[in-house]
Amino acid sequence: MHVLISRLFLVLALGMVLAVTPATAADPNPKNWPAILDAAKGQTVYWHAWAGEQRINDYIAWVGTQVKEKYGITLVHVKLSDTAEAVSKVVAEKAAGRSSGGTVDLIWINGPNFAKMKEAGLLFGPWAEDAPNFKYVDVESKPAVRSDFTVPTDGLEAPWNMAQIVFYYDSARVKAPPKSAKALLVWAKANPGRFAFPDPSNFLGATFLKQVLTELTPDKARLLKPATEEDFDKVMAPLWVYLDELTPKLWRAGKAYPKNSADLRRLLGDSEIDLGLSFNPAEASAAIARKEIPDTVRTLVFDGGTIGNASFIAIPFNAAHREAAMVVADFLMSPEAQLKKQDPEGYGGFTVLSMQKLTVEQRAAFAAQKRGPATLSTEELGPHLPEPHPSWMTRATEAWKKRYGVQ
Amino acid sequence: MLVRFAPAVTLALLIGPVVAGLVGTLLPAFGVMPVLGRSEPSLEAWRELASTPGLLRSVLVSLFVGFLTTLLSLAIVVLLGAASFGTRAFALIRRALSPVLAIPHVAIAVGLAFVVAPSGLLFRLWSTYLGGPARPPDLLIVNDTWGLALMAGLILKEVPFLFLMLLAALPQADADRAMVIARSLGYGRIAGWLKIVLPRVYPQMRLPVLAVLAYGLSVVDVALVLGPTTPPTLPVQILNWINDPDLALRFRASAAAVLQLLLVAGSIALWLTVERAVRHFGLAWIEGGHRTACEVSSRVAAGVVGALVLAIAAGSLLAIVLWSFAEAWRYPDTLPSSFTGANWRGEMKRATELLANSLLIALATGAIGLLLVIGCLEKEVRYGRYRSESTGLWLLYMPLLVPQIAFLLGLQVLTIQLGIDETFLAVLLTHVVFALPYIFLSLSDPWRSMDGRYRQVALTLGASPTRALLAVRLPMLLRACLAALAIGMAVSIGQFLPTQLVAAARWPTITTEAVTVSSGGNRRTLAIYALLQTLVPFAGFALATTLPAVIYRHRKGMGSA
Repeated sequence: MHVLISRLFLVLALGMVLAVTPATAADPNPKNWPAILDAAKGQTVYWHAWAGEQRINDYIAWVGTQVKEKYGITLVHVKLSDTAEAVSKVVAEKAAGRSSGGTVDLIWINGPNFAKMKEAGLLFGPWAEDAPNFKYVDVESKPAVRSDFTVPTDGLEAPWNMAQIVFYYDSARVKAPPKSAKALLVWAKANPGRFAFPDPSNFLGATFLKQVLTELTPDKARLLKPATEEDFDKVMAPLWVYLDELTPKLWRAGKAYPKNSADLRRLLGDSEIDLGLSFNPAEASAAIARKEIPDTVRTLVFDGGTIGNASFIAIPFNAAHREAAMVVADFLMSPEAQLKKQDPEGYGGFTVLSMQKLTVEQRAAFAAQKRGPATLSTEELGPHLPEPHPSWMTRATEAWKKRYGVQ
Repeated sequence: MLVRFAPAVTLALLIGPVVAGLVGTLLPAFGVMPVLGRSEPSLEAWRELASTPGLLRSVLVSLFVGFLTTLLSLAIVVLLGAASFGTRAFALIRRALSPVLAIPHVAIAVGLAFVVAPSGLLFRLWSTYLGGPARPPDLLIVNDTWGLALMAGLILKEVPFLFLMLLAALPQADADRAMVIARSLGYGRIAGWLKIVLPRVYPQMRLPVLAVLAYGLSVVDVALVLGPTTPPTLPVQILNWINDPDLALRFRASAAAVLQLLLVAGSIALWLTVERAVRHFGLAWIEGGHRTACEVSSRVAAGVVGALVLAIAAGSLLAIVLWSFAEAWRYPDTLPSSFTGANWRGEMKRATELLANSLLIALATGAIGLLLVIGCLEKEVRYGRYRSESTGLWLLYMPLLVPQIAFLLGLQVLTIQLGIDETFLAVLLTHVVFALPYIFLSLSDPWRSMDGRYRQVALTLGASPTRALLAVRLPMLLRACLAALAIGMAVSIGQFLPTQLVAAARWPTITTEAVTVSSGGNRRTLAIYALLQTLVPFAGFALATTLPAVIYRHRKGMGSA
């Protein structure tokens, strides 16, 4: 039957010659970096990255001009509304037996998507820790750069950004913002319709669930181990009790959710809500600079701390341009690219590098960056709470859909 | 001879991908997908589908939106037609509605969201000038549970479409003379039109109406912008499953796609049945001989509804333009407090690349479609009609009636297996499927109504059939050909799902970008893509009408309509 369909389709293709990708030679060896640089020259890297945030898209475009100039690499940002699309693509290619010449070269990834790809053997590597700029990465005091939602990265992905949950609020309207999950519930009851979190199928929405779960659960260590059928309901119970009370008090009474962080921020700009959250501590300041939200907006972290993690980039096992993909990843970890990324008027994403490992000039450049009016200092942000094991996110999102996804 | 094979090739390109895709969807729905190592048929996917939370609601909302959109759009068009036929308003409506037809669905959806959301233009006006709330009220208008916003967005597009279809049908129904007779027998304008003209034109509008029904039931892009989310409509749910890295969900997606297909088939059958009942009662009403039918109120209603459709469409367009230049635009300001060109400047490079992709795909799609259609029509001229009119039309409408997602899902897997995913060829094949019907519909009337004696004279003078076509008939039909090309290109530019599923990574277009950006909530960027999406088809239509005038400026009677 399948042969028949394929034939039919070939006829439809009007006899046009199909592009056949030749199976190429041996895997590139990241330990021989000069050879990688040589091979990378002239390649085009298709970087599949979530594109819901203009500032990040602009940063990726900047990276494109840099790698073109420095390494002769053409970088194409394949814009995704959900990282899962890229993972799905690689999985489909694997299923179709395409073990080389794959269409995805680089993925911005973390958490469950990484865990899934690692487990299924869909990633190229290890390579990340052989990249020259990895030596600047703060592996000592930022354990998240080597442990992605508790899953060891094993050199299969390179860290490029630090993220931490902050809540933002309009200080002109909210005089005493809530500083814990419980206080948030009290606040939401007093101000119905003025707080929202994104749909948990989006990572920020899912992280909000994990934040509340981490705060409410008596046994926090349990979340660092994989979720199992036996105690899932028991562990999740406090979260459902909480959400049963919170959901009717949400924006639109929980009948619709913002799609992602940018959509949520727009609601604040439109004064539909007074309180929201972000995974980027500098996001509010950047949005103030762009006049998207009022300049009275400030951020806070909960007294018990908030969840933080690192964002990574990984290369699929069958990527067509693995050499150039590694070079781009390496550039993303360079002090230059990290400095640019932390620019509060640009992306505003926090660096993964250790200041101690940089030169005096580089350190000074980082120190000279102004924090925006709404950005907390490192001390105020405090150490972040660890991400639960990815299985919690996957299961919690599914369970949430069953409970609250049909209103 | 190429012309001889044109219909066969056209049919293969039109039906082939649909059938191949449907088979590729049907097999996994019953558990068969050899690439994933499953060849034992099973009903597992259906059991999983049935246990999906909110499935029934998804289905009901899709049905609700599909039927109500079709009913309301048709009612509005009939009302407009009845109330304005034979008056100056008729030409006015035609001229006002045609441009709306050129605006892609996604752009209309984006604009509508700008207008009707609680923080949108309408509430801002209310708040500023009529003492409305100082803050946007917490109302679920966009993404509402029952899909009313989605329906409104669809109606804005379907009314112009059906009106133009009505327009095309009127001459064949000999409507002018029929109305004169009806009027002389004492029938009112409305009653006369409904009783004499409508029964004659409706049979020719049936397929377009069914296409509207099928589209409303299966639409994805507009639903992504305006549709419900808790849960989403069935087609959006299917897309979510396709995009999930868990390949097991492909089986569920396939089963859901088959369900979608059944829903559309069932809905069409239901529509045709109800049509028969309406016909039965309608005949009794016609034979009743009443000479009037709410003459005054119908005309008032037509005026109000027509103005409303136009006002909302215009407001949507205006909102898009304003947002693309807005810097700060806080609620409840009715205008941005500061304008900037930075939005456009920042997006220019990216937009240019996407525009180039869109235009290239559209041009190739339009050109292939046009060539094939000319081939088919020319074969009719040379060898006579080769198939009964109604069978041909049904085949032609097949890609418009079968839900896109139902066969694109299967087609996507096929393209990956054949190694042509992410290629220009794959995009082209899927776009041609959707553009061909419109090109054919647009060109067949002028082609068939052309006086056959021009060709005879040319042949008598010794020209070959090909020369008669190229030197005599085509130049005379240039205007119609360009219009058909423009329509084909506009259809191609508006396509979201075909591009998204077979080649989103290598061939992103302004339309896939608009939908991706709409997930980000940055209205400024979104507005830019919505506007570009609108401007390109407009430019196409403008060129199609001005080019003949320029080319034939020295030939009397050929430059103008």
